[in-house]
Amino acid sequence: MSNKVVHAIYNDDDVLLDAVKETRAAHHHIEEVYTPFPVHGLDKAMGLKPTRIAICAFLYGLVGLSFGTAMMYYIMIVDWPQDIGGKPSMSFIQNMPSFVPIMFEMTVLFSAHLMVLTFFMRSKLWPFKKAENPDVRTTDDHFLMEVALNGDEDSAVEFFKKTGAVEVKVIEK
Amino acid sequence: MYTFSKNLKTFAIVLMVLGLLGIAYGFFSAPKDLDEVKQILTEQAHHGDGGHHVSADAHSDADFEHHAEHVYGQLKNKPWTALYVGSIFVMFVSLGILVFHGINYAASAGWSPVLFRVMEGLSAYLLPGSIIFFLILLASVLGGNHLFIWADDAVVAKDAIIQGKVGYLNVPFFIVRALIFLGGWNLYRVYMRKQSLALDATGDLVYHKKMFKASAGFLAFFIVTESMASWDWIMSIDTHWYSTLFGWYVFASFFVTAITTIAFVTLYLKNKGYLDFVNTSHIHDLAKFMFGLSIFWTYLWFSQFMLQWYSNIPEEVTYFIFRIQEYNLPFFGMLVLNFILPLLLLINTDFKRLTWIVVMAGVCIIIGHYIDFFLMIAPGTVGGSWFIGVEEIGSLMFFIGLFIFVGFNAISKAPLLAKNNPLIEESKHFHY
Repeated sequence: MSNKVVHAIYNDDDVLLDAVKETRAAHHHIEEVYTPFPVHGLDKAMGLKPTRIAICAFLYGLVGLSFGTAMMYYIMIVDWPQDIGGKPSMSFIQNMPSFVPIMFEMTVLFSAHLMVLTFFMRSKLWPFKKAENPDVRTTDDHFLMEVALNGDEDSAVEFFKKTGAVEVKVIEK
Repeated sequence: MYTFSKNLKTFAIVLMVLGLLGIAYGFFSAPKDLDEVKQILTEQAHHGDGGHHVSADAHSDADFEHHAEHVYGQLKNKPWTALYVGSIFVMFVSLGILVFHGINYAASAGWSPVLFRVMEGLSAYLLPGSIIFFLILLASVLGGNHLFIWADDAVVAKDAIIQGKVGYLNVPFFIVRALIFLGGWNLYRVYMRKQSLALDATGDLVYHKKMFKASAGFLAFFIVTESMASWDWIMSIDTHWYSTLFGWYVFASFFVTAITTIAFVTLYLKNKGYLDFVNTSHIHDLAKFMFGLSIFWTYLWFSQFMLQWYSNIPEEVTYFIFRIQEYNLPFFGMLVLNFILPLLLLINTDFKRLTWIVVMAGVCIIIGHYIDFFLMIAPGTVGGSWFIGVEEIGSLMFFIGLFIFVGFNAISKAPLLAKNNPLIEESKHFHY
């Protein structure tokens, strides 16, 4: 089988959403949808799984909290328990309130930065990455749905024309 | 239209009756005179550690006399404190509901108008609540009890620090202030309710604009008066201590409880089938507010505690030293109830839509903030002789019973959907 895909181009997000629903109902496999801005409800219409990035962020926050706690415990209580301005450094809990700002900031720092890095890695984004948009208009005002072509080419084109596409192309990948 | 169910009415009345019995028990079981206290103290010394009493004997009898007088004062205050904490807590919660309604109105919030009638109804408690509270305040400053030491001329005569505050802390000015605060809040609540019903009946948007303007004005009035009220009614009990963020701290405490209460009543009414237009997204939003404001409260609690702990200035740090020594479990236990449990329970988006999770977190928040109010007031009035027993729980039961009775009665007086609010359609289809 040849690796042919259909590029159906739309110029309205409502039309696109309906088209996505029709396409799924007709059991075409949607490979990708390119849009210039987030279309509310598109992920649901495409049946994408919800993101787990919030769970990652929570775990990274726990790592940051542990790091901040361990760091302050080691430096201030274990390694060199000096008397600084009369603050009690005999045990961690005695001096804990003064460590809270650091523990909090560490939690936020780890949570935020590691979550962003996770996002970049999972969505494969980096500074010199080659852009992947199949049609430059999709970054401005057009929406493009890429669908795997199986079966008859003409009837598929006809189907996508009917969903409201302003342009349907068949492309060899 | 909601009809006040018979079961709930009975429940509220039973709560009130049991609560009244508890309050009465508190007043009857308080020691009548000094000799009774001396007897209690001697018994305690024998029961607890005999050795301690022997060493106490070595001190002069004057010491024991002085100590007994001190404890007598605390025990006399105990039933009053129980009554006072319950009354101010529930009244502030209904005030918080009114403020939440005002904020949503002034912000033209699109999600909340379907809940407006619940908020309007529940804030009806503000009027009876503030009347009872005002009577207790009057009794307190006119010599009925010893909650406010600055109201006692004998104490002020010997205390140079309180003498310096007499310009603000004097009985006539205190009562006038209380009247202005309570009067202002109640006027706004009555005005809003009237306009809201007029909007429902006529559909004339003039009423909506009036309510919008009134809310904006009220919020400005509220934040000033709430701050002063918290100095007057709570901070002045520890007359020698002050904290600049106290008003915010008190506000955060009752505001989060108020939103929890709205969530509870909404869940209850929805469960009974009266709020079909309320969906899980509304509950999710309320839970988000509970979550966020629990953290806000903790932020203020910690800021107040940490700044005074860190600088450790004797005249202000005694406030916390006393609480940590004498109230250790409630002082740190409320952090678990008010911060850690809501944080862990409500951080998950899916959990915020589950009734039983919201209820569980809400119970923690309500109990936790009652303890918070108890800890703001009791150490200054009953000191080390505290206990959360019959009269404390009785007082809370009485005021919660009254709150349910008045609140649900008001809810049953108007349709549960404010039908001509311009944002109501958006709110009905609110989806997050």
